Amino acid sequence: MPIYRSHVLVCGGTGCTSGGSDKIYDSLISEIEKNGLNNEIQVIRTGCFGLCAEGPIVIVYPEGAFYSKVEEKDAKEIVEEHLLKGRIVKRLLYKEAIEEEKIKSLNEVKFYQKQFRIALRNCGVINPENIEEYIAYDGYKALAKVLTEMTPEQVIDYIKRSGLRGRGGGGFPTGLKWEFAAKAPGDIKYVACNADEGDPGAYMDRSVLEGDPHSVIEAMAIAGYAIGAKQGYVYVRAEYPLAVQRLEVAIKQAKEYGLLGKNIFGTDFEFDLEIRLGAGAFVCGEETALMTSIEGHRGEPRPRPPFPAIKGLWQKPTLLNNVETYANVPVIILKGPEWFASIGTEKSKGTKVFALVGKVNNTGLIEVPMGTTVREIVDDIGGGIPGGKKFKAVQTGGPSGGCIPASLMDTPVDFDSLTAIGTMMGSGGMIVMDEDTCMVDIAKFFLEFTVDESCGKCPPCRIGTRRMLEILNKITSGKGTMEDIKKLEELAYSIKDTALCGLGQTAPNPVLSTLKYFKHEYEAHVNEKRCPAGACKALLRIEIDKELCKGCGICAKNCPANAITGQIKKPYEIDQDKCVKCGVCIEKCPFKAISKKA
Amino acid sequence: MIKSLQELEEIRKKALEDLEFRKQNGEGIRIVVGMATCGIAAGARPVMLKFVEEVQKRNLQNVTVVQTGCIGMCKLEPIVEVYEPNKEKVTYVKMTPEKAARVVAEHIVNGKPVNEYTIGVEENQ
Repeated sequence: MPIYRSHVLVCGGTGCTSGGSDKIYDSLISEIEKNGLNNEIQVIRTGCFGLCAEGPIVIVYPEGAFYSKVEEKDAKEIVEEHLLKGRIVKRLLYKEAIEEEKIKSLNEVKFYQKQFRIALRNCGVINPENIEEYIAYDGYKALAKVLTEMTPEQVIDYIKRSGLRGRGGGGFPTGLKWEFAAKAPGDIKYVACNADEGDPGAYMDRSVLEGDPHSVIEAMAIAGYAIGAKQGYVYVRAEYPLAVQRLEVAIKQAKEYGLLGKNIFGTDFEFDLEIRLGAGAFVCGEETALMTSIEGHRGEPRPRPPFPAIKGLWQKPTLLNNVETYANVPVIILKGPEWFASIGTEKSKGTKVFALVGKVNNTGLIEVPMGTTVREIVDDIGGGIPGGKKFKAVQTGGPSGGCIPASLMDTPVDFDSLTAIGTMMGSGGMIVMDEDTCMVDIAKFFLEFTVDESCGKCPPCRIGTRRMLEILNKITSGKGTMEDIKKLEELAYSIKDTALCGLGQTAPNPVLSTLKYFKHEYEAHVNEKRCPAGACKALLRIEIDKELCKGCGICAKNCPANAITGQIKKPYEIDQDKCVKCGVCIEKCPFKAISKKA
Repeated sequence: MIKSLQELEEIRKKALEDLEFRKQNGEGIRIVVGMATCGIAAGARPVMLKFVEEVQKRNLQNVTVVQTGCIGMCKLEPIVEVYEPNKEKVTYVKMTPEKAARVVAEHIVNGKPVNEYTIGVEENQ
């Protein structure tokens, strides 16, 4: 490998790629060639750096210059100024990275200060398509250690002692799961990885696969050794083409290096890995449905028990873990269970990756120790709410989760604290909401998702959630009654008790949690026919202030619904029945006489 | 095919050499080459390449070759500064690839700055 004087890292995560980082990469390459710098500078496409809001991101080492919001046209300047002449392009530096004209390194930026990266340790650091870079950062060392120094029982004991719990959302002790699969009778066993990430606003697993696919491969091989399996499957949704491609490349490299296949590290252990593509149905993330889908059938859940550890893929014992859970495993093997258990809280060890999205300044991918408070995440890492608005709530756990209101912002984020306040960790989506968000509308949003994604196998989920959605629609359009709220609650509890799989059982959670903390908003919709956040269109009124109106008639001329009438030089009026609340009149009024009333 | 821990370790070490580069503010020695327009015009590029080559050839750990902008004394370019932990910075001027090789051998490897190339000597002339 030739030595380069400078490394240019271009984020190749999905966020930055959709922002055009591919083109930036190509331009950098061609500019570098044009300037004859090919032998001095290496351009590398990495996985997600995490600070997606500032993407596309380019980092130039050894200076560690952190360029944000880079555009294709900037490539020329970066090459000519920075790489050729050594002048850092200040206008492109991430604003927080400059302080008193001094350039701070990446780790000093506030966004990274409270973070602790275990699962994301290599994301944005290595080239995910180069197995040697993974090996450079101790890659496959854990597999080597396991195969040459440890018995399967010792491996399971390590995982158990580390306190690692399933990062897919359930939080089941991982070591225990491994033990069940190991002790299950049978010669043929399987290891599977759940990469069917479907929660709205969540992209943690995708980022790990895109940025560090080898960590998942290594962990699955370790798991195969621990439970006695020779074959593994990674179930990824086909909508993640980059993740699939990186994983394919990584599997191929691992086979070439003899890290997958027969006689790994000269032992008699063999393990192979295949990718299975899912069509992106939410229910396929549920473990029994996922395995049915891998087998080639329509992805529908089945009742448990028997659990997958006893009867999984093709009725054989199967160990299924989520991407992030696996990504922690090699580190636990190398650094020891005690090290891992020293991070986090008493019952939730280690760290958790979150996709921080919504009304927050630094949207992005973060990893924090368990027990970090919601406030620290939103204010310190997220940089607070944009536009000086007030924080209202954080939604976690996706369609199976609930909301954390402002009054509970100091709740530590771990499995049990979140369950105690009526939400859950989930796979790690974290949607921040400000005062303009209507909580009834949010509940409706998640329920719409569940209704669309319900597989239809069991009536409580297929029919029950639809009935709930109808009631929510009634409330947000101003036709709800207090009786409806009662009915909504009743339905929610009976669906929870009777649905077949975890997805149906948790589908009412967004409604229950918003009812718990924001009942007053439901009541305002019902009793006062008013949406306090001003989000529900049907309940908005657009009114003309008679004092301010000069009677110019511009509003009436522009109204697409002909809802405004009046005489020139006299105050105009809006017919609320005709008004479609488009707000054109508000924009057009030269006297600011028209406004929305919640 | 990796068949043993040793083989894995060899690949790791080799790959790490390349990656060492991305670490910032390391403990090691930093060779900073002035690569503004003035420096490049005066021939800083072959100088820098020589440094890279020498460092690589001698398999020196903890030494990074970095570029920087114009220091202001354009007439003395190419200028190269060597930073060592806990030591006074040494500034070399009017560098050439040949001088660079000697700086690596005497200063970087053996810890004795090549006085005759330094800025102090030049100024006294």
